[in-house]
Amino acid sequence: FQFIGIEHVVKTLRSVSVDLNNDASLLIDIPDALCERDKVKFTVHTKTTLSSFQKPEFSVPRQHEDFIWLHDTLVETEDYAGLIIPPAPPKPDFESPREKMHKLGEGEATMTKEEYTKMKQELEAEYLAVFKKTVQVHEVFLQRLSSHPVLSKDRNFQIFLEYDQDLSVRRKNAKEMFGGFFKNMVKSADEVLIAGVKEVDDFFEQEKTFLLDYFSKIKEATAKAEKMTRSHKNIADDYIRLSATLNSLSAEESTNYYIIKFCLKLFQNFLRVCLKKVEGRVASDEELKLTELLRYYMRDIQAAKDLLYRRARALADYENSNKALDKARLKGKDVSQAEEHQKRCLQKFDTLSESGKKELTNFKARRVVAFRKNLVEMAELEVKHAKNNMTLLQGCIELLSGN
Amino acid sequence: MASSSERSPPPFPDTEDQDVLDSEEVGGRDSDEDDGEELFMSASNTPLTKQDTPTSPDSQASDLMEDLSVGPPSSQTEKSAASSSPEEFVDLTNNLESRVAAESSSPEPSDEFFDILGSETQKVEVEASVKADSGEASSGGPDLPGEKTGSSSAAPIINLDNDVQPPRIGGKVIDPLAQILGDTPAADPKKPSSAVVDLFEDDGSDIFTGAPQSKASSRPEKGLFGEPDEDLFGGPLGAMSKKTTENEGKSGTAKAAGPTFSKPTEPADIFTEEAAATTVPRTSNTVNSKANGVHSEEDLFTEATVELSLDSPRSSRKNEETSKPSASSSSSSLSAPARQAKPPPAALEELEDEEEAELEDKFDVLVSVKDPEKVGDGMNAYMAYKVSTETTLPMFRNKLFTVRRRFSDFLGLYEKLSEKHGPNGLIVPPPPEKSILGMTKVKVGKEDSSSADFVERRRGALERYLQRVVNHPLLLQDPDVREFLEKDELPRAVSTQTLSGAGFLKMINKATDAVSKMTIKMNESDAWFEEKLQEVESADQHFRKLHALVESLVVHRKELSLNTANFAKSAAMLGSAEDNTALSRALSQLAEVEDKIEQLHQDQAAYDTFSFAELIADYIRLLGAVRGSFDHRIKAWQRWQDAQAMLQKKRETEAKLLWANKPDKLQQAKDEIVEWEARVTQFERDFERVSATVRKEVLRFEKQRTKNFKRQITKYLELLLQSQQQLIKYWEAFLPEAKAIA
Repeated sequence: FQFIGIEHVVKTLRSVSVDLNNDASLLIDIPDALCERDKVKFTVHTKTTLSSFQKPEFSVPRQHEDFIWLHDTLVETEDYAGLIIPPAPPKPDFESPREKMHKLGEGEATMTKEEYTKMKQELEAEYLAVFKKTVQVHEVFLQRLSSHPVLSKDRNFQIFLEYDQDLSVRRKNAKEMFGGFFKNMVKSADEVLIAGVKEVDDFFEQEKTFLLDYFSKIKEATAKAEKMTRSHKNIADDYIRLSATLNSLSAEESTNYYIIKFCLKLFQNFLRVCLKKVEGRVASDEELKLTELLRYYMRDIQAAKDLLYRRARALADYENSNKALDKARLKGKDVSQAEEHQKRCLQKFDTLSESGKKELTNFKARRVVAFRKNLVEMAELEVKHAKNNMTLLQGCIELLSGN
Repeated sequence: MASSSERSPPPFPDTEDQDVLDSEEVGGRDSDEDDGEELFMSASNTPLTKQDTPTSPDSQASDLMEDLSVGPPSSQTEKSAASSSPEEFVDLTNNLESRVAAESSSPEPSDEFFDILGSETQKVEVEASVKADSGEASSGGPDLPGEKTGSSSAAPIINLDNDVQPPRIGGKVIDPLAQILGDTPAADPKKPSSAVVDLFEDDGSDIFTGAPQSKASSRPEKGLFGEPDEDLFGGPLGAMSKKTTENEGKSGTAKAAGPTFSKPTEPADIFTEEAAATTVPRTSNTVNSKANGVHSEEDLFTEATVELSLDSPRSSRKNEETSKPSASSSSSSLSAPARQAKPPPAALEELEDEEEAELEDKFDVLVSVKDPEKVGDGMNAYMAYKVSTETTLPMFRNKLFTVRRRFSDFLGLYEKLSEKHGPNGLIVPPPPEKSILGMTKVKVGKEDSSSADFVERRRGALERYLQRVVNHPLLLQDPDVREFLEKDELPRAVSTQTLSGAGFLKMINKATDAVSKMTIKMNESDAWFEEKLQEVESADQHFRKLHALVESLVVHRKELSLNTANFAKSAAMLGSAEDNTALSRALSQLAEVEDKIEQLHQDQAAYDTFSFAELIADYIRLLGAVRGSFDHRIKAWQRWQDAQAMLQKKRETEAKLLWANKPDKLQQAKDEIVEWEARVTQFERDFERVSATVRKEVLRFEKQRTKNFKRQITKYLELLLQSQQQLIKYWEAFLPEAKAIA
């Protein structure tokens, strides 16, 4: 079950992000990862035909922080301001399965051995699934970079892939953390400020409202979907416990309850085979197909919003430079300099608008395809599970009524 | 002692009144009985009335227990009355009552008595009733043999008394009796059994014939006795034989009082004294006591024991002793070994057979509890339910009737039933518990889903509880059950008040029970019970756990349903925000699907609750009742053991007195020993009887539970199946929408 589950996770996550231009010249995957305490070490494996790399195939060890560094440098590169930078992978979170494992250890005395073993297995599987999911999210990030025509040529990206030593990216210190926080504050304030700037392009005007609206909606939907999957998981857990209790009940050494025992045994089997697994699968499928999709696009939309912000910033800059030019002209001072600046701003704004338009259109298409794929797959899986359930239930009922 | 005896009578008067009709019959019978000594007549009448009352209400296979209990008392009373002289009357009455109570307490003996009386007095009527009873009983099982034997033996005896009463018979009778008594230990069991068997097989008719014959001549008695002794039960009959012996002894005492038993010192006097007047009152008392005894065996026992102890001293001193104590004690002592050994097995087998028969039967009574309705306001508000009964049984006046009952009425019914039948080892189905929290919510008038849920749960639980009660062949016969189902107005059940004084007392009682439970270490001789008890206890534990799990499943399911609803909403919002038309459409479709699924989850939560959690909750309650019946058995055992210890003490005292050469006290000590011997046998018999009943009940319980479980689980699985089918439908409908996204 564990392995099936994990294979499943792997396959599903790849479909979260759909690569529109499949380019075989640069193939990246993470075949392996090692979990040490809080750190996860990913092995990033690259296969390429590009001449910019020294070798056609190589593997390097990377940590989560390295990914973050790569993402940040990309975001900070001026040239990429007009691009939607793929969202950084979320920090690996093993807290919840670990905590559960801890709780399980504490509650060991209160349950039967069998129940404990089952719960432990289940938790191990969950832990493994979380682990695999983390790996996949990181892989997807790199794959999106590699399939992007501009970003795949990035020097830092190539270093990230090729440099076979530890990148030894400095962990952000407190000051930088605070700086990052401050920067975010400024950005938010800035966003409010430039919100007043009159949009010149209808496309962007629309995109902006759309993305803002969509973001809030998808954020809510993600939260709700997470809750839903969580309660589904709770039910799956209940089934495990029920099944274990029924099992110990039916294993009870008593002679006179044999028919009850028979019923219970059947019922327990049903729970074990069907409900626990299927319900667990329903939960994990929903988690993967729906929640993960929503989550990913939530982050992606954030990236798109960042792009819009950068463009709006550029627009504001351009307008400011216009004002500065007017002033300079009025004063007759530094006119050429101001003209130069204004020209540059305009140029930047235009490039941003152009590539932004392309990126956003691209994003929209990618989103629709990804949604379609995931929704179809989810519906198919739901049907499949329900059918499995049905067959099992029918079998149980027949056995019961036949006896 | 007198006071104790008096206690028992008071309650009965009502029953007597009810019996009036019967008494008329009795009168007729009396007239039939020509011999008719007044005393006898009166005695016979009283018995008859007693018999009639029980029988008439129950006319059909009324509770065996009741009949039994009723029967024996009456017979005893008759005998006692007859035997006892007027002077002694007071004492006698007390004694009688006590005896009766004692007898009534032991169901088997009572049966016999009852039959006897019936056969004796009203040849036809009684016999008919006996027949009917026996027929019913035969179907029912265990009691029948006892009754038959009892009737057969009783009939002869009675006849002797009535017909032959006169001295001659007495003499004859006495002899046979004496012989019998002598034989009883060894031979009695067998003989009675045969007689019993025959009687049973023949049902009423045999009894009738037998009875008349017996009446006609004193011989019949002997013949009857002889027969019973010969064939009678190898085992179970023993009890019967004892009874018969007792009866015989009594009759003998009554007739010839003096001659037969050394104890009945003043037979003649007794007879004379017996005077109709005295006898009558006594009989009525006895009847009452009997009725009481029937209802609350425990009480009877205790009373009986008390009375016996009281009586025994007296009796030993005087005639009473001869009449009842002597008879009972002698018979009991004689028959005791045989009875004890034999009764349980036969009874058991019969019981099991009965059970099977019961299980085959479809319910003759269908009870439904509907329309919960809040009555009143504020904290005085309560829920009232419509209790509708649909039945084909002739014992009910109508085929379909409806009454309104409030929750405490249900609890009151349970209190009554468990008080009456619990000590006998019956598993009395328990009603749902009081829930202050749940009810307070309802009272406050919150119309939220949780209080509706609570009311519905309780309604279902009440319905299942009632159905279980009426499905029980013995409980169905209980007058209180019928009253509950039929009577328009019920007296308010007070004892169920949570914080009332009665409730407090009950709590204390329960606490002492718990303590005594811990202190009583029964060394279990019966492996079956030990095993069962363990089984029940571990099942209880497991089911409790299971219940908690299912409850948490329900909670999680409700949570899921809520979360699904929320997601459906936000998916719809997302759909409306989406600018790709197809995707937007698909998202709103998804929202719809999730909406429907939410409903599914909600339904599923209801299934979890009503078909699964409630099933388990019921089961846990019933397991509690099963344990209760085990406890009652242990209590009976404890009483027996205590009595044995007491007897031992008395014997030691006697030995000491003997050694000390104190003849004045010696006689008293001897009397006490006799008395305690009687009590020991009585208690031992009780214990055997309770054991047999518990055994039968547990088997019945298991069978029914198994069926029920299977049915419920199948139902639950079917419901699950349905929701899975729905799920498939929903997702399959969604699939093309998802595929249409371009």
